[in-house]
Amino acid sequence: MEKWSLMTITVLLGLIVRWMVSFGSYSGAGKPPMYGDYEAQRHWQEVTYNLPIKQWYFNTSDNNLQYWGLDYPPLTAYHSLLCAYVAKLINPDWIALHTSRGYESQPHKLFMRATVLIADLLVYIPAVILYCCYLKETSTKKKIASALCILLYPGLILIDYGHFQYNSVSLGFALWGVLSLSYDWDLLGSLAFCLAINYKQMELYHSLPFFCYLLGKCFQKGLTGKGLVLLIKIAFTVVASFAICWLPFCTEVEQILQVLRRLFPIDRGLFEDKVANIWCSLNVLIKIKNVMSPQTQLKLSFAFTFLTLLPACIKLTLQPSLRGFKFAMISCALSFFLFSFQVHEKSILLVSIPVCLMLNEIPLMSTWFLLVSTFSLLPLLLKDGLLLAYVVTTLAFLTVCETSFSIFEKTSEEDLQLKSFSLSIRGYIPSFKAFPKIIKSLFIVSVTLMGILTLMSATLTPPQKLPDLFPVSVSVVSCLHFLFFLMYFNAVVLWDSRNGRNQKKIH
Amino acid sequence: MAAAGGSGGCWFLALALGVSLLKCLLIPTYHSTDFEVHRNWLAITHNLPVSEWYYEATSEWTLDYPPFFAWFEYALSHVAKYFDQEMLVIQNLNYSSHATVFFQRLSVIFTDILFVYAARECCRCVNGKRPGKELLEKPMFVLAVLLLWNFGLLIVDHIHFQYNGFLFGLMLLSVARLFQKRHLEGALLFAVLLHFKHIYIYVAPAYCVYLLRSYCFTANKADGSLKWSSFSFLRITLLGLIVCLVSALSLGPFAVLGQLPQVISRLFPFKRGLCHAYWAPNFWALYNAVDKTLAVVGIKYKFLDPEKIPKASMTGGLVQEFQHTVLPSVTPLATLICTFISILPSVFCLWFKPQGPRGFLQCLILCALSSFMFGWHVHEKAILLAILPLSLLSVESPKHAGIYLILTTTGHFSLFPLLFTPPEITTKILLMLLFTVYSFSSLRALFRKEGPLLNWLETIYLIELVPLEIFCEIVFPLTPWKLKFPFIPLLLTSVYCALGITYAWLKLYVSVLTESVTVRQKAE
Repeated sequence: MEKWSLMTITVLLGLIVRWMVSFGSYSGAGKPPMYGDYEAQRHWQEVTYNLPIKQWYFNTSDNNLQYWGLDYPPLTAYHSLLCAYVAKLINPDWIALHTSRGYESQPHKLFMRATVLIADLLVYIPAVILYCCYLKETSTKKKIASALCILLYPGLILIDYGHFQYNSVSLGFALWGVLSLSYDWDLLGSLAFCLAINYKQMELYHSLPFFCYLLGKCFQKGLTGKGLVLLIKIAFTVVASFAICWLPFCTEVEQILQVLRRLFPIDRGLFEDKVANIWCSLNVLIKIKNVMSPQTQLKLSFAFTFLTLLPACIKLTLQPSLRGFKFAMISCALSFFLFSFQVHEKSILLVSIPVCLMLNEIPLMSTWFLLVSTFSLLPLLLKDGLLLAYVVTTLAFLTVCETSFSIFEKTSEEDLQLKSFSLSIRGYIPSFKAFPKIIKSLFIVSVTLMGILTLMSATLTPPQKLPDLFPVSVSVVSCLHFLFFLMYFNAVVLWDSRNGRNQKKIH
Repeated sequence: MAAAGGSGGCWFLALALGVSLLKCLLIPTYHSTDFEVHRNWLAITHNLPVSEWYYEATSEWTLDYPPFFAWFEYALSHVAKYFDQEMLVIQNLNYSSHATVFFQRLSVIFTDILFVYAARECCRCVNGKRPGKELLEKPMFVLAVLLLWNFGLLIVDHIHFQYNGFLFGLMLLSVARLFQKRHLEGALLFAVLLHFKHIYIYVAPAYCVYLLRSYCFTANKADGSLKWSSFSFLRITLLGLIVCLVSALSLGPFAVLGQLPQVISRLFPFKRGLCHAYWAPNFWALYNAVDKTLAVVGIKYKFLDPEKIPKASMTGGLVQEFQHTVLPSVTPLATLICTFISILPSVFCLWFKPQGPRGFLQCLILCALSSFMFGWHVHEKAILLAILPLSLLSVESPKHAGIYLILTTTGHFSLFPLLFTPPEITTKILLMLLFTVYSFSSLRALFRKEGPLLNWLETIYLIELVPLEIFCEIVFPLTPWKLKFPFIPLLLTSVYCALGITYAWLKLYVSVLTESVTVRQKAE
């Protein structure tokens, strides 16, 4: 069959699964007074449509910031405004000031779901398809297979179409950035990434790899000649795109400061709810929030984040390569997720999308990580009533990955990208055993464990003394996995380029 | 789809698992009144003794399937009680709690295992010798997708709600058994199927003639004609025994109770009209359309007196009898005769020019299509009876592939009015696109060397479906005619699809009749 028809089928499958999941419940459905993210997005449409731009981020009598105040960057606000104009055409009640609070109806749900689908179709899906179509040194089959797997990644689908958010927009822009960088269109790449940051500030998790890669590239070209020109061009692009996005707020300094305060709420504490990161997991043993002052917490988390992402970033600056760039995106985002301040459980998607890009290179580990990342969202999804969608999409994803990459057969050291790493370990410990078998059995144990925990959280009621037993165990288990993956990806990054150079010598 | 796929059955399992997961995702979608029909039958069979099954009439959806299906519901009801007791109360009309929906949907998904097994058996019967190492371009793989991921079956069973999956599974399995020369098993399966749902009686002539001709007569003369002396009494006795035993098992209890006339009257409700509320795209849809056009033209040019015309809102009404204005009204007997006549040539063909199981399959499809064309009160869903078996032939010859593409695309399109709620419109369009893109591209890849499968006229006809859909679902609701002539989209859809289905039927008929001539010439 031809490539284009296979790609069409792939996209259609992705769309069908997305649309089917959107039939399910959303966050805060029928739960007054606060509802959930669905209501937040609707409320933003209401606020942006009815209030002048100057009031969007300020607490006024018409804009109660305690009730889902706007806390995303301007692009999200503009997007809400755009949706609000469409909503106004269909039914003005949906966005009426004050009176539309907590508005819920079937047509409105359909409208909201459709806005997500359209945004996804315009930004994220084309990026995925283009990325897969132009993968280097891969057969058509593999390209299609990776496109299918990436499009069926359950985490993003469940959060965007189940829970309700527009992550695919910011992640899609970031993907466009990666795509442009791989074609050496550095300016376009930086523009796309600026759009991503201006849509969701969480994209800052990816900023260091972008920065280091471009900086490294400038160094490579020589900071006195071409490199400097490139650096200036990039800097100009970034400043210009930020300026355009923030133009309406640039009238007063207070406006900008207020937006920034809304974007980075430092006073909200080290973590909220149950997140699968270090702080929340440590909280089981030590109540960090009680032991340390918020200032110390902030410094501590900053120090840890910085230290863990440093190696990958230094490596990338010194030896900028596309492969290294993608791996650095993974390990930096993962460090941020594990150690930084005020992390949401949904931020794991920022790690997952770069991992998706690695699916065709390290199928087993990527699949494993993606399964764990979806699993770490389980408490949230259970709260939203998305158990069925979670189980079905996860199983579908596992099936697709297994049939298209036969993940269980690809466990050799080369497949895991650990050849040079284990070689250098063997330099110190000659009796060091090979990874493949260990990894494979670990994978099976971990998948079984996740299955059992899912079953338990879905069916059993926790003992009265420990009402949070299941969410906490889910997040601790996922956190341990993520730590393991952090080490793994760092090992791959640090030993990778040496391997690459060796290969070049051989050829 | 399983892009790389390992050896053997791995890809098949992945396909089956994939579609089952998709079906699970369809659980929260819209379901039609058929959902309540089956809930009611669960309640009836669970609570009442057998003697009252066919008399109970609390709900308007009385039991009108043969006894085996009633027993099937009885068995299901014993699982249902662990989900929600309330759904088994006869008086709980239109009861649809979450547990009820979940249970009923899951019961369809689980019974589909039989369909998956049957599809597997059918894939084994397919001639897999075509060159082409790519898994995606093997006839077996294409057939598996065409059967398992069939759009019509997905929306009729898993959105609209019915139990066609396992019934078609029985039919395909019996076809596969005939292909494998296990005739008695095939006959048994078909007899059982008939007592599950009697609509399959449409294809019974093919079974009768084929078994009689190719199983009961053990040998042919040298020129391929019948050798009377080879008739095997043992074989016909065995066949007869199977049919009688199955019927006795099914209808016996009711015969003993003296309820046979009541059962029959429930199974064949001739009081319903010629056409369903939404016209199935068959000959009568064209007939009605011509009648309506003549009436409108007649009134406009004063040939007809508006006073004398009976008020007939033909589509978009309840299931009821209605009278034609200009053309003569059609009686059940007339449709029966038409059906009989249209089936006759194919059956003759099967008797005089036997071509083994493939000839049988062609005859079966023609029987299904002919009765769809001329039957009384045909449902649009009945087109699946022709589409699914035709999938088997489509992967073997380019000629059938062309017919298959026309028939499936129009047939599936004609199922669109089943789903009309806004969220399902997107669903059905996406699913339809998925299946159509796949069937076109895979069949074209399969017969790449044989040239194009469709000629320009057929291509234009099929492409025209897109503007038709846009007009019916998007443009029309915005126009002022929406209130005055609400039936226009349905009428257009069914008439337009009727053209394509009639064309596919004629083309298949012509190909079958002419093909057999060439075979005989070869034999001579």
